[in-house]
Amino acid sequence: MSFLSYLINGISLGSIYAIIALGYTMVYGIARMLNFAHGDIIMVGGFVIFTCVSTMGFPPLVGVLVAVIACTVLGVMIERVAYKPLRGASSLAVLITAIGVSYLLQNAALLIFGSNARQFTSVVNVPSLKLAGGALSISGVTMVTILTCIIIMAGLMTFINKTKIGQAMLAVSEDTGAATLMGIDVNRTIAVTFAIGSALAAIAGALLCSTYPSLTPYTGSMPGIKAFVAAVFGGIGSIPGALIGGILLGVIENLSKAYISSQLSDAIVFAVLIVVLLVRPTGIMGKKITEKV
Amino acid sequence: MKKNKLLIQNSITYAIIIGCWILVQILASTGHMTSLMKGLLVPLCIYVIMAVSLNLTVGILGELSLGHAGFMCLGAFSGAFFTNCMANVIPSVQVRFFFALLIGALVAGVFGILIGIPVLRLRGDYLAIVTLAFGEIIKNLLNAIYVGMDQSGFHFSFKDTTSLGMDDTGVVIIKGAQGITGTPKAATFTIGIILVLLTLFVVLNLINSRSGRAIMAIRDNRIAAESVGINITKFKLMAFSISASLAGVAGVLYGHNLSSLAATPKNFGYNQSIMILVFVVLGGLGNIRGSIIAAVVLTMLPELLRGLNDYRMLIYAIVLIVMMIFNSSPKAIEMRSVFMDKIKKNRKEAA
Repeated sequence: MSFLSYLINGISLGSIYAIIALGYTMVYGIARMLNFAHGDIIMVGGFVIFTCVSTMGFPPLVGVLVAVIACTVLGVMIERVAYKPLRGASSLAVLITAIGVSYLLQNAALLIFGSNARQFTSVVNVPSLKLAGGALSISGVTMVTILTCIIIMAGLMTFINKTKIGQAMLAVSEDTGAATLMGIDVNRTIAVTFAIGSALAAIAGALLCSTYPSLTPYTGSMPGIKAFVAAVFGGIGSIPGALIGGILLGVIENLSKAYISSQLSDAIVFAVLIVVLLVRPTGIMGKKITEKV
Repeated sequence: MKKNKLLIQNSITYAIIIGCWILVQILASTGHMTSLMKGLLVPLCIYVIMAVSLNLTVGILGELSLGHAGFMCLGAFSGAFFTNCMANVIPSVQVRFFFALLIGALVAGVFGILIGIPVLRLRGDYLAIVTLAFGEIIKNLLNAIYVGMDQSGFHFSFKDTTSLGMDDTGVVIIKGAQGITGTPKAATFTIGIILVLLTLFVVLNLINSRSGRAIMAIRDNRIAAESVGINITKFKLMAFSISASLAGVAGVLYGHNLSSLAATPKNFGYNQSIMILVFVVLGGLGNIRGSIIAAVVLTMLPELLRGLNDYRMLIYAIVLIVMMIFNSSPKAIEMRSVFMDKIKKNRKEAA
């Protein structure tokens, strides 16, 4: 029974990674850049909810909504100010700028909220579910997290396959030049991608802080890195890959924490990533790129 | 003719370093050095070595590595481990430090080869993420390992000190998350400068050698390089492991500058690797002198801004973003070239 409970908690953690990884993978697929600041948007989302719910006393759902809007605006603004001028520059320059943005967000949060950890009140008020005569207990947050992840995945797949802007995103990710020739506004498509990614980061922030209720300016950076690993794991640029990568990563992390060593769990996660990349250099669901001379 | 120019350029780089050393000696002897500045001198040398060695991987070899701090971590631990183990065998701290430097370089270099063989098969962003993963694994393992020494040899454990199972003479050397404590503080600014010069000597000579040209050919066009018979794996590994072992040297210096050495996310985490990458990119990829200047300026900047207290890291972040946009944005480059043309025109007219 304890194995099952570790597994379910792992899937829940993995669902959060998957939601964050979606932001990485979509931005990478379309703008070909690693948005290192993505993890810090999670933290910003967490602090917005904290301010709304704990300081101002709004109901949790309103807090989440405000966070989603705030993060969307923030994401689009960051793209407009920091990344757009660098379109066409080397990918390394964009990467360093993203690191700069990440520092900026962390230190702005440090100035406003201080370095002490804040106690985050969970935004989920669902009672825990007891199965098998109380031997297996699944907490409300876990269920809501897994459910949210499924809904987001289904919604995003429909959005990309059925709407015009979704199709435009696909086209830009396949061939930016050809998409421009077909009359697609590449700048707008990239802005929409950032908006969606940042909104998802806010939701991930709410779920992450509800599961691990301690909030500091550095809360987002490690889950951000792990979600990035999850995105690479599943094949960067692929949306189902982000889901599979995220959940696998969460399960591996939780099981190794439970059965091997809690200190070494990160090392194990990264080791699995390396093995996967050596066997399949473009990730589990990644497309094979043939090289032309 | 060309060779002479190269020699002059390299001599200028060496001269800058020696000039810095003389300047610091004068300032220190006349008492114009605050204790804050004195504390910064050895870290400055460490960051310069790190930046120059990473430039070899990123700028000369053209592969993005985000795990450079991992090699520094390996060097720091192996060096400090050696110094503490040999405390009874070799009494002189300086001699131990010298051997520790060799051992740190060797260990980091060997790991560079071991990691490089599988990793260098990957390309671009994937290589970056795998090097990041390796750096984190090294940091994580060193954080969890316990090593002790007694009469019968070394004991390892991943649990705690008691499970090492040593006899009465046993000494615990690496204490898990506490790391290594009690390393003698052997690193001085002069030794740091000598190591910087040594690093420059290795890197600059490599770049201007046959091997260096082969490495740069791989960077510029891998397929073309392969088709003229350059052994890609050999030269990639060569650059990567030399870069790693120089990072190991910087690590030994780091380990001997502090009395307690622990692998925290702050000193050996991916943030540190990224910091050093920032030095390299802002200094100019492939430009060794640029790396030195960027490392010095960016290490000093947060300290000089200390008067602004809480705002200093915020300002640092903004400076980073603005510099990046100004340096690399296609529009800014265009504006700059228009501006430069105007100046040239004015000069011609004046003449």
